Amino acid sequence: MKIASRKRHALVLFLIFLHGVVIAGGFVAPYDPIQQEREKPYAPPTAIHFFDAQGRFHLRPFVFSQRVKEGSFDQYEDDTAVRVPVKFFVSGAPYRLFGFLPARLHLFGAKEGTIHLLGTDGYGRDLFSRILYGGQISLLAGLLAASVSLLIGTIVGGAAGYWGGWTDSIAMRAAELCLALPWLYLLFGVRAFLPLLVSPVKAFLIVVIAIGALGWARPARLVRGVALSAKERDFVRVARGFGASNAYILRRHIFPQTKSVVLTQAAILVPQFILAEVTLSFLGLGIPEPAPSWGNLLSSLQQYSVLSSYWWMYLPAAAMVPFFLGYLALASALQEGSRAAKIDL
Amino acid sequence: MRYLARRFLHAVLLLGGASVLAFLFTALAPGNYFDEMRLNPQISSETLAALKAHYDLDKPLGVRYAMWLKSLARGEMGYSFAYNAPVAPLLAVRARNTLLLTLTSTLLAWCIALPLGVWSAEQSGRWVDRVVTGASAILLVIPDIALALGLLMIAVKTRWLPAGGMVSVGNEGLPFAARIADLARHMVLPVAILALGAQPILVRHVRAAVAEALEEGFVRAAEAHGIPRRRLVWKYALRAAANPLISLFGFSIGALLSGSLLVEVITSWPGLGPFLLEAILARDLYVVIGGVLLSTVFLVAGNFIADVLLFWADPRIRTE
Repeated sequence: MKIASRKRHALVLFLIFLHGVVIAGGFVAPYDPIQQEREKPYAPPTAIHFFDAQGRFHLRPFVFSQRVKEGSFDQYEDDTAVRVPVKFFVSGAPYRLFGFLPARLHLFGAKEGTIHLLGTDGYGRDLFSRILYGGQISLLAGLLAASVSLLIGTIVGGAAGYWGGWTDSIAMRAAELCLALPWLYLLFGVRAFLPLLVSPVKAFLIVVIAIGALGWARPARLVRGVALSAKERDFVRVARGFGASNAYILRRHIFPQTKSVVLTQAAILVPQFILAEVTLSFLGLGIPEPAPSWGNLLSSLQQYSVLSSYWWMYLPAAAMVPFFLGYLALASALQEGSRAAKIDL
Repeated sequence: MRYLARRFLHAVLLLGGASVLAFLFTALAPGNYFDEMRLNPQISSETLAALKAHYDLDKPLGVRYAMWLKSLARGEMGYSFAYNAPVAPLLAVRARNTLLLTLTSTLLAWCIALPLGVWSAEQSGRWVDRVVTGASAILLVIPDIALALGLLMIAVKTRWLPAGGMVSVGNEGLPFAARIADLARHMVLPVAILALGAQPILVRHVRAAVAEALEEGFVRAAEAHGIPRRRLVWKYALRAAANPLISLFGFSIGALLSGSLLVEVITSWPGLGPFLLEAILARDLYVVIGGVLLSTVFLVAGNFIADVLLFWADPRIRTE
């Protein structure tokens, strides 16, 4: 029991750290996500060095300047004569911290050249910066969609379980219908009937609402189960006996009991919805260029030439893994915890 | 038998509900296939109105639904604007390809997951169990899209497998056996992606169900009677654990169907996925409805198969 809760805390801290890095992406990223360096398309990731070409040690880390190999247009080599020292806390491209605070300070950067930790894409945009900014959009989409789903699911499921009767049958038939449709196809179907060419903000909202509105069925079923047993508890009957209103009982007694189910569902749904956004954007139905999202960053891999030549374009997919790890481990830790709690009762 | 009849009725009702839902969404949609033609100065507004009337897009929703049902009865499922042909034959070819992919990967996924899960439950706590649970935990945190692109990348770099499509160029001229071999080579990559992606969830459930059954009193009693371990696990415990696993089988068909949409696009497999995507981009209304509904049919059919299997496997349901 003790160990389980410590594990949960560790996982929550891990997730907070990951999200913190992405939320403060403007500070961590050295460049603006849509700033192009046209003479450097598909530059590979640069290694950080401490020893220069003569083998001399430098305390300040540096990267070698990259230049295009003679006779090619996309093959780069390190120009070992030119050292580009990495500077920390430098002033660079303007951005808005947390989306509103105007700032120019970056965690690291380079004055005497450019530094592309994870390489550049076809327009010479810094991939590291784009992954961080893209993460903001993808994570926000996942979190918002999960909130929408959980909100609908909790209300519908709570009402269905509490009132029973025809409310219950209608809600549960609808939930069954939503579960019966293959959800990716359903998502496609919903997206199909929304405008195709829209502004990035609108596209974002559409994606979030479409994903969120489709995922309510599973949480609704689980919440209904909890509400069904909760309303038969003695203290609920007592409250009703004292003349408490339905709204009061739901708010004070029923919904608090669904907390652990809802939290567990949240940990399961967030990565699932991140993936849904990624899939839609990957297929060109989600967030449009030039705004980055993990999905549309990956979509260049649909071109054979990119897939076969520029391995670093795959890195946005790898960026998802720690987030999934955190969320899924948290979900199973929460489930373990609730199982242990049940045995304790 | 009443149980099966009830499940069947349930499936049919679900499909009816799904079709109504699909039509409702179309009503919410701003714009249609012909709206983009408005920008073309060579097409007059009268022609556009005539086209709309020709395809009955000017009728109210209820009427359109009734007409669609009628065309479904004729086996057409509406009309594709982009292909200028009835939808059903267009869908049939793609659906065949998708089914080939989905069913193969469902079978493969279960053929791997069942023995692994049972083995891992039987060896609970030992190194086999640790390796299996560890591997499935790793697979679980790799998102489908990362897995698909990663495997595709490996296939492209090593040139072991064809990078996409369903057949090679010049496939038509080959003898039958060579054509099958060619198809199989093209299937390896998408099937591997789908089967691997489904692994962790299947293995976990099989392991949990069998481990629970192994704890039951009747299994211990059987063990005390001297029934060999292998027989005990495969005949006694697995049979007791079968119930949730059969339901999971039905679900896994649906999950693989959803997953196949993305995998088909990534590996350019000419199935429902790319077809649907193309139809969405072209706003080809009835193709989208048809595609979504067809996938629902597969899913509902999968669940119905699971119901039939349950009926066969579980005597409690039969006598109910």
